Amino acid sequence: MAPRPPALALAVHALAGALSVWAIAATLRDGLADPGTAAAFGTLIAVGELARWGAREGERDPAPLASAGALGYALLGENAGHASGHGVLQVIAVVVASALLGSVPHVAVGRGPRPDQAARRVLTVAFAAVCFQPLYHSGRLDDWFGRGPYFAFVLLLLLLLTALCDAVVAALLLRARTRYPFGPLLGDELRGLLGIASAVCATGTVIALAVAVAGLWALPVFCAPLLLTQLAFRRYAAVRTTYRQTITSLARATEIAGYTEPGHARRVAELSRAVGRELGLSEGELTVLEYAALMHDIGQLSLLDPVPSGATARLPAAEQRRIALLGGAVVRQTGVPSDVALIVERQADPYREQPLPARIVRAVNAYDDLAEGAEGPGGSLNALEQLRLGTGHDYHPQVVESLARVLARGCLTRVPPG
Amino acid sequence: MAESRGLRDVPAGARLAVVAAAAGAGACALPVLRGGVPWAAVALLAGLYALCEWPARCPILAGRVSVPTASGSFFPVLLAAVFLLPPPAAALVAVPGALIAYVEDEPRRVRRAWRAAELAIAAAAAACAHQLLGGREALGGGSSAAAPDFPYALVPAAVAALVFCLVLTALDGLILATAERRPVRTAWRGLLLRSLAPHCVHGLAGLMMAVLWRSRFGPPAALFVLLPMYISCWVFAQYQRERAAHQATIRALVQAVDIKDRYTRGHSERVGRASEMIARELGMEEGRLEVIRFAGILHDVGKLGVPTRVLRKDGPLTPEERAVIELHPEYGHEMVRGIGFLGEARGAILHHHERLDGSGYPYGLAGGQIPEAARVVAVADAFDAMTSTRSYRRARPVAAAVTELERCAGAQFDPRMVAGLVRALSRYGWHVEVTADQAGTPAARGNVPPPRPPRAPGADPGPDRPAEPARRPEPRPSDVKGA
Repeated sequence: MAPRPPALALAVHALAGALSVWAIAATLRDGLADPGTAAAFGTLIAVGELARWGAREGERDPAPLASAGALGYALLGENAGHASGHGVLQVIAVVVASALLGSVPHVAVGRGPRPDQAARRVLTVAFAAVCFQPLYHSGRLDDWFGRGPYFAFVLLLLLLLTALCDAVVAALLLRARTRYPFGPLLGDELRGLLGIASAVCATGTVIALAVAVAGLWALPVFCAPLLLTQLAFRRYAAVRTTYRQTITSLARATEIAGYTEPGHARRVAELSRAVGRELGLSEGELTVLEYAALMHDIGQLSLLDPVPSGATARLPAAEQRRIALLGGAVVRQTGVPSDVALIVERQADPYREQPLPARIVRAVNAYDDLAEGAEGPGGSLNALEQLRLGTGHDYHPQVVESLARVLARGCLTRVPPG
Repeated sequence: MAESRGLRDVPAGARLAVVAAAAGAGACALPVLRGGVPWAAVALLAGLYALCEWPARCPILAGRVSVPTASGSFFPVLLAAVFLLPPPAAALVAVPGALIAYVEDEPRRVRRAWRAAELAIAAAAAACAHQLLGGREALGGGSSAAAPDFPYALVPAAVAALVFCLVLTALDGLILATAERRPVRTAWRGLLLRSLAPHCVHGLAGLMMAVLWRSRFGPPAALFVLLPMYISCWVFAQYQRERAAHQATIRALVQAVDIKDRYTRGHSERVGRASEMIARELGMEEGRLEVIRFAGILHDVGKLGVPTRVLRKDGPLTPEERAVIELHPEYGHEMVRGIGFLGEARGAILHHHERLDGSGYPYGLAGGQIPEAARVVAVADAFDAMTSTRSYRRARPVAAAVTELERCAGAQFDPRMVAGLVRALSRYGWHVEVTADQAGTPAARGNVPPPRPPRAPGADPGPDRPAEPARRPEPRPSDVKGA
C-alpha cells in the first residue's frame, strides 16, 4: 500500500505546481524574451534529464546536468555582452517545460522523477531567480559589486544560499514522511552538499559567467566535466551497493550454518538502523552501525558447535564476550572500516563501557533473540519488558526507550524469515 | 623500504631517460630568461597546481581525509597554463607541483624528477602547438576586453590537449620500457587509448578556466571550474577505496572457508585461477572471465554452512555426514544469491558438483543442462584437488592429473573444458604459489619483475603425511570408478 503523502509534502507540491502553471501561463501570454538563449538552456536541461538513465534508487541528484543548467539560467544576466531580457517567470517556465520534455521517455517506461525531487527543483530555481533577476535588472548588483571578480563571488554565494534552502526543504520533506528527528536529517543533507551538490553549484555559476563572456558555446564545452562527475558518483554508488550485498551474504553465512535463526541478522540490522536514526546518528554512522549489526554474530562461525538456536542473549556473559571477540577478529579481516570491528567486539560489554552503536546492537540483538521464541505482540512486549529489567547493567535505558518508540510506531513489524 | 633509493638503483637505460628528460625540460624552460613572461600569472598557476597536489602529501591531512592521489587529477590547471602562457612559462608551471606530488613507490625522488620533467616537456610542446594555431589570439589576445572567438578557439585547444596527451603517453611508455624492462609494444599498447578521453575532458575544463581567467571576472572565477573536477577525482578515489574494501571482504569469505576446512588451504584461489585459464582458452570475453574467476574462488563458500566437526573429521564419513557435506553447493548458492555482480557465477556455485552423465548433485543435471560456468569450475576444482597435497594423501603430478581428467571427460567432465585446460597448461604451465592472502593485490610495480620462485609444478610445501585412503566427497575422478 502506498501511504498518503503528509500535509507538508502536499503543500510543497501544490506550491511548486501553482508556480509552474503561473509561470508557463505568463510566458505564453507575453512571449519568450531572447528565444535563442532560452532554447539553448532548454536543450541542456532536457539532455541533462535524459542522462538520468541508469540512476539508482536514492541517488542524491540523479540529473546534475539539468540542475546546473537550470541554476545557470536563473543566474544568467547577459549573453556574450548583450543583456538577456528574461525574467523570473520565464526562467521557471523554461526549466519546467524542458524538464518535462526530458522526462517523457522516463515516464514512458514508468520511471519518472519523484514528485518531491521535481517540486524541489522548481522551488530552488525559483528561489535563485527571485534573488538574482530583479536585483540584476534594476542595476543594483552592478552598483554594489561592479562587474568584476566580486560579481562572480556574489553568484557563487547566491547558489550556496539556494543549496542551503534546498537542503532545509529536503530535510523537512523527509521528516514529514519518516518522522525521524529533524536535526540529523538536516545534518545529512548538509553533508550531502559537499558532494555532487557543490559541483552542481560551481557548474551553475561557471555556466552563467562563461555564457556572459563567451556566449552559448560555453554550454557544450562545460557539460563534459560535470558528466564525468556524474559518472564517478554512479560508479561509487554501484560499488557501494555491491559491497553491501557482499556483507549481507557474509552475514547469511551464520544463518545457513545453522548458528542463528533465518533473517536474524537482517532484522537486527534494520531495527538497529531505525533506533540509530531515532537517536540522531548521521548517515555515515548509520552505515557503520548497519554493517556491524549484520555481522554481529559472525564470531559464531569459529565455534565448533552451534549455540542453541543462535540466541547469544541467553548465554552466560563471559561466553557472550568471547564470541564477540572472535567476531571482531573475523570482521577485522574483511576490510570493512575498523569501527565496525570495534562495535562487534564490544557488543557484549556492560553498557557503561560501550560506545553508542555497540549499545544499540546489544539491545536490539537481545530483543530479537528474546522475541524470537514467542509469536505475536505478547512476545514482543515480554522481550521489551526483559530489556527494561536489564537496564541496570546490560542495556542502556535510553536505547531501550528508543527501541520501544520505534516498535510502537510500527514502522518495523517483524519480517518473516527468508 | 627504510632507506630512500636514489638514481643509482635505477637501470642504466632509465637513468639515461631521466637525465635526458630533465635536460630537455630545462631546454624548454630556458627561454623564460629572455623576458616577456607574465610572472604573476606563472606564479599563480604554479602555486595553484602545487596546492592541488599538496594535500595527498601533507602530514596533517594524510590518512584523515581521502584525497585524490591519482596523477593527472589536476591537469586542467596545467592545460589552462598551456592556453594562457607562452611555452617556456607553461613548462615552468608544472614543475613545483610535480616535485611535491604524492608518489607511492620508491625511488620517490627519481620518480618525482621524472614526473616534473615529462610534464614540463609536454606542457611546452602543447603550448607551442596552441600558439602556432593562433589559440591565444582566439582566446582574446592579451586584452581582457575582446571576447573569445568561440567555435574556432576549440580547435587549437583540442590540438594542444592532444599533443599534451601524446607527449605524455610517449614518455610514459619510454620509462616503462627502460625502467621496468617491459617490451616496447606492451608498454605502449592501450596507454594512448586509455588516456585520450580523460585528456579531452581536462582540455575542455582547462579551456573554460582560461576563458574565465582572461575575462573581466578574473582568476578567482577560473577556480570555480576546478571544483567539479576536484570532486570527481575525490569520488573516484573513494570508489577505488571502496572497491579494495569489497575485494577484501570477498577474500575474507574465502579465508573463512579455509579456516574451517584445513585440508583445502589456498584451494579456492587456485581453482579461481584455473577456471579463468580455461575460460580464456575457450575465448570468453573479459567481463565474463572475471565472473568465472569469482565462481572458482567462491565455489566452496557453502562449506561455511557445514558443521566444522564434519569438515574436519578424521576417519570415514557416515552416509548422513556425507549427505550434509553434499549440501554445500546449495548453501553456497543461498549465501551469494543476493550479490548482483556475481551473475552466472551463482549458478556455477550451485552446480559445480553436477556430472555430465547426470549422476552428480544437487539436482542431477546432465549434459547441456549444466551451466557452462559450472562445467568450467568442475574441471578446475577436480584438477586442483588432484594436484595439491591433502593431509590424507600426496599431490599427484600435473601430467597424471591431466590423464585422469581426460579419462573422465564425457562421463563426468565436459571434454571442451578439459581440452581447454590442457591447452592452457601447455601454454602457461601451472604455478601453485598463489595463496588466498595474496589474492587481488595488484602485481607489485617496481623496477624488478615480481618474484616467481622456480618450483616444480604440482609440488606443494605442505606437510607430507603418510598417504591415507581418500574419503572426502570431493570431485576426484576416481569416484567414477566406483560408480
